[in-house]
Amino acid sequence: MSESIIQIQHLSKDFGGGENQVHALRDINLDIRQGEIFGIIGLSGAGKSTLVRCMNLLERPTSGAVIVDGKDMTALSEKELRLQRRKMTMIFQSFNLLMQRTCLKNVRFPMEIAGVPKARAKKRAEELLDIVGLADKAGAYPSQLSGGQKQRVAVARALATDPKVLLCDEATSALDPTTTVSILELLKDLNAKLGVTVVVITHQMSVIEAICSRVAILDGGSVAELGEVQEIFSNPSTDAARRLVYPGGVSVGQYPASTRAVRLSFNGGTAYQPLIASVAIDCGVKLNILGADTRNVGGKAVGTMLLGLPDDPNEAAKALSYIRAQPYITVEEVDYHG
Amino acid sequence: MAEIFTGAFWAEYGAILAEGVLDTLVMTAASTALAYLFGLPMGIVCILTQPHGIRPNGPVNAVLGWIINIGRSFPFAILMVALFPFTKLVMGTRLGLRGAILPLVVASAPFVARMVETSLSEVDAGVVEAAQSMGASTLQIVWKVYLPEAMPSLILGGSITLIAIVGYTAIAGMVGAGGLGDLAIRYGHQRNVPSVMWVTVIILVIIVQVVQSVFSRLSARVDKRLK
Repeated sequence: MSESIIQIQHLSKDFGGGENQVHALRDINLDIRQGEIFGIIGLSGAGKSTLVRCMNLLERPTSGAVIVDGKDMTALSEKELRLQRRKMTMIFQSFNLLMQRTCLKNVRFPMEIAGVPKARAKKRAEELLDIVGLADKAGAYPSQLSGGQKQRVAVARALATDPKVLLCDEATSALDPTTTVSILELLKDLNAKLGVTVVVITHQMSVIEAICSRVAILDGGSVAELGEVQEIFSNPSTDAARRLVYPGGVSVGQYPASTRAVRLSFNGGTAYQPLIASVAIDCGVKLNILGADTRNVGGKAVGTMLLGLPDDPNEAAKALSYIRAQPYITVEEVDYHG
Repeated sequence: MAEIFTGAFWAEYGAILAEGVLDTLVMTAASTALAYLFGLPMGIVCILTQPHGIRPNGPVNAVLGWIINIGRSFPFAILMVALFPFTKLVMGTRLGLRGAILPLVVASAPFVARMVETSLSEVDAGVVEAAQSMGASTLQIVWKVYLPEAMPSLILGGSITLIAIVGYTAIAGMVGAGGLGDLAIRYGHQRNVPSVMWVTVIILVIIVQVVQSVFSRLSARVDKRLK
């Protein structure tokens, strides 16, 4: 096991006081390892954004410790904290680029703050824009770019101080599915090439599935489940995890416990491909839709579906291999407890 | 009115009108510059110390807001008269350009502070947060984020301030400050030469139009958001 880069110990965060006090985070314990892509998922209001802001101390925790690269963030002086923040940069849902600066100058910005000599900063910024595939947009202003391009500039900017950790706060939530995939690919690529640890905060299951190795499920300000992505998604043991893993509309106890079920994730294939009907016609197997939460975004299917397999093992296997052969669909057998 | 197109009118009043224009411009420019010298930091401190600012400080914010509101409550004519003793003490006279500039600055600095605060509050909080997350200091955030990001709005605010101060100088002219307001009162009202008053009005209209169009164009030119 590689060593940890971020350790969160007994972290709690309250907002307000007296009767209006809100416990945004309660006794969070996390150990994020160097070089991994770690996901934090939860519904809105679960405390994800507060948690990520407690990591770089944009929010000061009410209690507990945040140890980044060996230093307790909560114990640092203001100046030390500013230096430490350069090791852990952030990208955002709304990109947060400086609108009055060109892309190149946006990427130079953190280096200006860090006091990097101008010529070196310019050269580095050009390299970074090249890495994110926007070398030709150096002189463009953010208003001239698409959402995906803006996020690429933000990624380049976040890498300017050679951080050890990249925090991604709902970084793909404002992007369409195709662009989301390309940004996730970029993050995965940077993680592999530069070894930067990536922390992904999202409410989208598909994002976690696409790039994360481990995931923490946040619910009501606490960590409900923590572990390998495959493990948690195939066998969610808490209500919070089930709510995320199983699509809406699946009611408890609706089916016998013996039902074999598979969970399908649609990752942007064409929405107009009638999968269930195809299985029925091509394989002669009838599948049972236990629940579905799929959307058609710009002609692409995204979301998840839970299917009950037939009792006959041969039929089930036939249907499974058929579905597995489809592009843009990932299939996972799950324990369906209802 | 028709005589303003005659050579005799300009021979008689041309020189004093030119002097009046110059006095008005000098008063306006000097007061605006000084008003920003005081008002800009006040506006910045207002933004930084507000509850969700990057340096929240309730007492400082409250006291500053209170000072600005008091400053803005005075009608300019009354403020000027109320300040007479103070003006005399500081500037040595309460008359002429020297006497006018101090009350003009006192009246417009709080105005500028509010204009600046409004402009800076338009800067996306997310961008400020991004700068914080990169380890920017408060001063760096002011210089590299707030002011450049708000520049188009600050420039438009500048035109509003300038035009307001042109108006104030006319009032100042009524109580001995010189400038176009002084001419309008002395000639147009006291000596019954309404043509002089009309010429001052036309000149003021031209000044306001020029200021507004120059600043609007400048603001649009520096703004990179809509191109």
